[in-house]
Amino acid sequence: MPDFYKMDFATYSAAFFGGFRSAWLSVFAYVLFGTYVGIGALAYDFNFSLTWVTLSTLVVWAGPAQVILISTLGGGAQLIEVAVAVGLSGVRLLPMVVSLMPLLRGPQTKSYQLLLPAHFTAVSMWVESMRLAPLMPVERRIPFCNGIAFGYMTSAMIATVIGYYLAAQLPDLLTAALLFLTPMSFLVSIARNSSMLVDRLALVLGLVLGPVLAYRNIELDVMWAGIAAGTIAYVAHRIRESLR
Amino acid sequence: MSLMTSELWPYVVLILVGFLPNEIWRLLGFAVARGIDEGSELFVWVRAVATGVLAAVIAKLIFFAPGALATVPLSVRLVAMVAGFAGFIAFRRSVFAGVATGEAVLILGAFLLPKL
Repeated sequence: MPDFYKMDFATYSAAFFGGFRSAWLSVFAYVLFGTYVGIGALAYDFNFSLTWVTLSTLVVWAGPAQVILISTLGGGAQLIEVAVAVGLSGVRLLPMVVSLMPLLRGPQTKSYQLLLPAHFTAVSMWVESMRLAPLMPVERRIPFCNGIAFGYMTSAMIATVIGYYLAAQLPDLLTAALLFLTPMSFLVSIARNSSMLVDRLALVLGLVLGPVLAYRNIELDVMWAGIAAGTIAYVAHRIRESLR
Repeated sequence: MSLMTSELWPYVVLILVGFLPNEIWRLLGFAVARGIDEGSELFVWVRAVATGVLAAVIAKLIFFAPGALATVPLSVRLVAMVAGFAGFIAFRRSVFAGVATGEAVLILGAFLLPKL
């Protein structure tokens, strides 16, 4: 454990506001803004109410799941089909939460304090939390990460409302560009976070295996691609360590 | 079934088929994480799997693009992605530069090569 930290906060609330501030200083606040303008517009096109779509941002808090939810429900799919499609898209959240929780948990931490950051976990919050939380003492990490997520959620909520009202005026190319924000920002932010060989290898392998399994119509393709990519990368990392 | 005709029905649907199937993974992660320590080998593996899953999601969003993004040719989507990554590397690993470069190339490409 280091004796000094690159970031620290005097109080619990100072850490929360520190996280909130860092959310707005990162590119994700703006990427999410664009993404959720798209989601608001999609909800308008499928005749959902503004209250409903705003509430979906609060309780679902996962862009890809919301796109699926709105387009399949709006398209008249069976409820069970919608639930399965949303459930499949959420698999990625499991390893993300599992790897975030140990960073936030100190010796004094009560289990229930981790429930809110677990709900707040989404790619944007996960990437920034994994990068910044290790820089501060463990007792400041939970409020800091809640602050990050609160900042992102504020941006997403405002954008949902704006997108809902702009819907009719958005040209196709702009909607396409908004949808491209998600994969583009995921790729570069995860690449930035991958300082260890094991993570870089997992990233490259996942990019290759994902579409290969998807084109072969393998069920749960994303999950299997991720497990295979992560495990191969981890084994390579262990072999390299043992050769040193 | 009076619930299905009530004004609350859309919200019941949101909880049943939107919130619950998604949140279950977060709760499962919350439960699984109890036994895992920050410095452990298991932690390194789980983080690698999380990275691998996200990489697969990224690739799938490019190859099987949703909605209006599907109207942009696959070649343009791929070139824009590579350009965005190059921009990220070129501008001292700036996420903003990467996203801006990728978006610029995507929009330019969609203008120059509409529907192949």
